[in-house]
Amino acid sequence: MPKIATREAYGEALAELGEEIKEIVVLDADLSKSTKTSIFAKKFPERFFNMGIAEQNLIGTAAGLATCGKIPFASTFAIFATGRAFEQIRNSICYPNLNVKIAATHAGITVGEDGATHQSIEDIALMRALPNMTVISPADAVETKKAVRAAALLKGPVYLRLGRHPVETVFNESYEFQPGKGLVLKEGRDVALIATGVMVAEALKAAEILAKDGIDAMVINIHTIKPIDEEVILKAAECGAIVTAEEHSIIGGLGSAVAEVLMEKKPVPMKRIGIRDVFGRSGKPEELMEAYGITAEDVAEAARSLKR
Amino acid sequence: MIKVAIAKEKLEELKHIARRVRRHIIEMTAEAGSGHPGGSLSCTDILVTLYFHVMKVDPKNPDWPDRDRFVLSKGHAAPALYAVLAEKGYFPVEELKTLRKIDSILQGHPDMKKTPGVDMTTGSLGQGLSVANGMAIAGKLDGKDYRVYALLGDGELEEGQVWEAAMAAAHYKLDNLTAFVDHNGLQIDGPITQVMSPEIIQEKFKAFGWHVIDVDGHDFEGIIQAIEEAKTTKGRPTVIVAQTVKGKGVPFMENQVDWHGKAPSREQAEEALKLLV
Repeated sequence: MPKIATREAYGEALAELGEEIKEIVVLDADLSKSTKTSIFAKKFPERFFNMGIAEQNLIGTAAGLATCGKIPFASTFAIFATGRAFEQIRNSICYPNLNVKIAATHAGITVGEDGATHQSIEDIALMRALPNMTVISPADAVETKKAVRAAALLKGPVYLRLGRHPVETVFNESYEFQPGKGLVLKEGRDVALIATGVMVAEALKAAEILAKDGIDAMVINIHTIKPIDEEVILKAAECGAIVTAEEHSIIGGLGSAVAEVLMEKKPVPMKRIGIRDVFGRSGKPEELMEAYGITAEDVAEAARSLKR
Repeated sequence: MIKVAIAKEKLEELKHIARRVRRHIIEMTAEAGSGHPGGSLSCTDILVTLYFHVMKVDPKNPDWPDRDRFVLSKGHAAPALYAVLAEKGYFPVEELKTLRKIDSILQGHPDMKKTPGVDMTTGSLGQGLSVANGMAIAGKLDGKDYRVYALLGDGELEEGQVWEAAMAAAHYKLDNLTAFVDHNGLQIDGPITQVMSPEIIQEKFKAFGWHVIDVDGHDFEGIIQAIEEAKTTKGRPTVIVAQTVKGKGVPFMENQVDWHGKAPSREQAEEALKLLV
């Protein structure tokens, strides 16, 4: 399986979609080479706006464009989009329910060497708390391409969470992306591994590890964290044990969202794999995943501990 | 600078509408028991000029794609905007009594999804100019000739985002955008120069690449001439720095910082209405 960064797939998908959907305009904050909106910029220079290093204005300008019928994709790193411009997203986009897509790259600790200041581990929590916002966290390049199209067609604000580091391709081209619908990638009886983003590939590996131990794990991909697919989570709960896995803080992200559903509808023992309320640091993505306990082995160990 | 001829009757008409709008502001905030009369009264004449003389709008078709746009970046002046929109015919004047009440179409700060004629949801200071930029860029992209107006408070200029937007508007040569600064000199905690001076406002905008016009914000003719000058200014956005009086029209409210965010009592409202005839 080839490894492709979801940001690459985003840039390509956006440039393709630009052909078809003329209302799409793209804004970036001096990071177009990194977010890959540069591909769109090259193809449609008149519909690309570099807003410079000014994220609050980036978001506000996107809101204004949306009031006039445009479909703006506003891109920068996840930490700046959701952190620096949080209140602009809240008051100028989500509250008036404007059709702006915030496609943020460099999410999570797999940003790597740039270190903690650039590693967004709270963005899902922040975006999930906003009414009207749809939060999508694709697992690989194929899913990203389909998610970008789905986001453009959805009416209303969408947060797309994308990564810097190449990830394994999980899906083949025939995959059909349905926003809001969780996906069972592997059936299983003993434990359910619910993952999002780069952790989907890890969860699949974890299921293989568990199989060797005689544990039959179900693997679920939650690409849409909000609105979350309660049905698939309740199906997972039938296994009697759940492990969530995300490249995000364990506070407020996928694990919290799944726990909210379970607590109200069908409580079962669960463990959350994620960043445990600490900041990241510099290092290679793989080293960081190991250091912060978010590898396939960590997911498998959490599952084992639930079955003991 | 070109001088346009403005009929005396027109100026009289604007004056009359402005008086009615000021009466609405007093009645609305008194009825609501909260709100921001001071900064609503200071920008009333600018809003009246825009909606009753300048802007290409259709109250019967508030979402008309080719209309001129207005962004009230200082969203707390919502009573002034609502009163102007009601007078213009976007919704019945009787609705004004419901300001800030549960189930009202008139929220404490402007809400584009609830109030016909409101082009953008605002209230959190510093965000409106960026949105106006987006509207102006969209107009240029679509080859439409609509114009975009934004009104900012002078205290609001303390927000960093305003200057991000100011930089971008000049960078993208948004000559279809005109911003007003309601320069009444006061913010909640006191005179702007004591709290956190944004002065010299004109020099700052000039340095950011804007065309700057000074005007008396209560002189209809001056406001109209300034807007005409903005319309003919090409290649850069225009800011009209309007010298205004907070609480304008109600002597006991004028230049009083306390009237920034306090509603008049019933008695005070009666007193104010007597002065607004």
